[in-house]
Amino acid sequence: MKILEAAHVSKSFDGQQVLKDVSLSVNSGDVIAILGPSGSGKTTFLRCINFLERADAGTIWFDGREYDLHSMRGSDISRIRMRTGFVFQNYNLFRNKTALQNVTEGLIVARHMPKEQAEQIAIEQLRRVDMQDRRDHFPSQLSGGQQQRVAIARAMATDPEVIYFDEPTSALDPELIGEVLSVMRDLASQGMTMVVVTHEMTFARNVSSRTILMEQGVIAEEAPTQEFFENPKTERTKAFIRTFMNR
Amino acid sequence: MSERLIGILIDSFTKILVPGLLYTIPLTAISFAVALVIAVFMALVQFMDIKGLKQFARFYIWVIRGTPLLVQLYVVFYGLGQLGLLLPPFLAGIIALSVNEGAYCAETVRAALESVPKGQMEAGECVGMSYLQTMRRIVLPQAMRTAFPPLSNSLISMLKDTSLVANITVAEMFMAAQRIVARTYEPLAVYIEVGAIYLLFSTVLTYFQRKGEKALGTYEFR
Repeated sequence: MKILEAAHVSKSFDGQQVLKDVSLSVNSGDVIAILGPSGSGKTTFLRCINFLERADAGTIWFDGREYDLHSMRGSDISRIRMRTGFVFQNYNLFRNKTALQNVTEGLIVARHMPKEQAEQIAIEQLRRVDMQDRRDHFPSQLSGGQQQRVAIARAMATDPEVIYFDEPTSALDPELIGEVLSVMRDLASQGMTMVVVTHEMTFARNVSSRTILMEQGVIAEEAPTQEFFENPKTERTKAFIRTFMNR
Repeated sequence: MSERLIGILIDSFTKILVPGLLYTIPLTAISFAVALVIAVFMALVQFMDIKGLKQFARFYIWVIRGTPLLVQLYVVFYGLGQLGLLLPPFLAGIIALSVNEGAYCAETVRAALESVPKGQMEAGECVGMSYLQTMRRIVLPQAMRTAFPPLSNSLISMLKDTSLVANITVAEMFMAAQRIVARTYEPLAVYIEVGAIYLLFSTVLTYFQRKGEKALGTYEFR
């Protein structure tokens, strides 16, 4: 079942076009890995479809309705955001809130859920990412990997239809990457719909169902993951896979 | 030191301290509270880039920071009086002091708001909170924590600035000291004494500043 479809998304920064007519369709249960060199536009694309950047052109289809990304109303944006989650490269946990409060905040403030119920959900989600013991810690008292796991719990708690991950392990020390990827692998195996911008080729290959290579603002190749890695169609993808797999 | 001088100093201590408690402290507390409200408002309209209000805030800060507090006091008390708006001196003092301090504190709060990483607002919006909800619950509290030390500076500075209100006939500490000097001809001792009482007050404020920073410091920023 199709959850969302972004079509013909374009975006320029200061006359430099970073996204050129990019389209993506997401079905329920998909785990889509978006790969690509730095500056290829993959993060910008993710930010455009969650309205953190306003696209110059393009549409998004969500829950039976199509919206124009450039002229979308704030109330429509909020309504869609209520049903999506976003995990940032540098976690962006609320610095003045504990781990538990980070997870409950969106439930209590945005969704008007009673505090007890929100805390129950939060504890459950923190347990899922194995952070329940640190629930009263502030972000500054947690390692990067722990912060990112809390951020994933925060995204999960709102029961989203899809979670976007923007390079979730790129800011982490190498020894902390594993714990975050393992949480993400668990989510994927439980059927969570995910769109993951990443540099982790192994994760893309082993976990994702579909892989996309972006380059210079366009999609260079999109294919089911196995096909993408074992039988890439474009020279560009072959070269990209060679470079990364040989590291 | 002569016995007479010691007598004057002891006698004048309560005569200075009581106006301090009756005028200087309330003037400082009330004016600073109002100044904070003005400051947060002026900082927010600039930070949020609200057309019209932002320009008004810049104009307000430009005028107030560019003119002496003493002149502002005279305009509010004597100037408005000429237009028929006769304000009680204490009230005129509060207005001038809070409008004056508000301009300085607005810049402090604005800088503090700008120091909060953009990702905090984005994270709030991504969990479904509105801009204003995120501002109130996430960004502003962090900014106020950052602004706390410089705002404490402003508070201490304002405590001392209340001495200027003697010029518009408020019988606060400094005016009490001036009266005692006029009677006793002991300017050196009495003015040092009133200075010492200001120092005492600001020491207490500094103590509370340290306490407050500790209380607010339960979460440290990276």
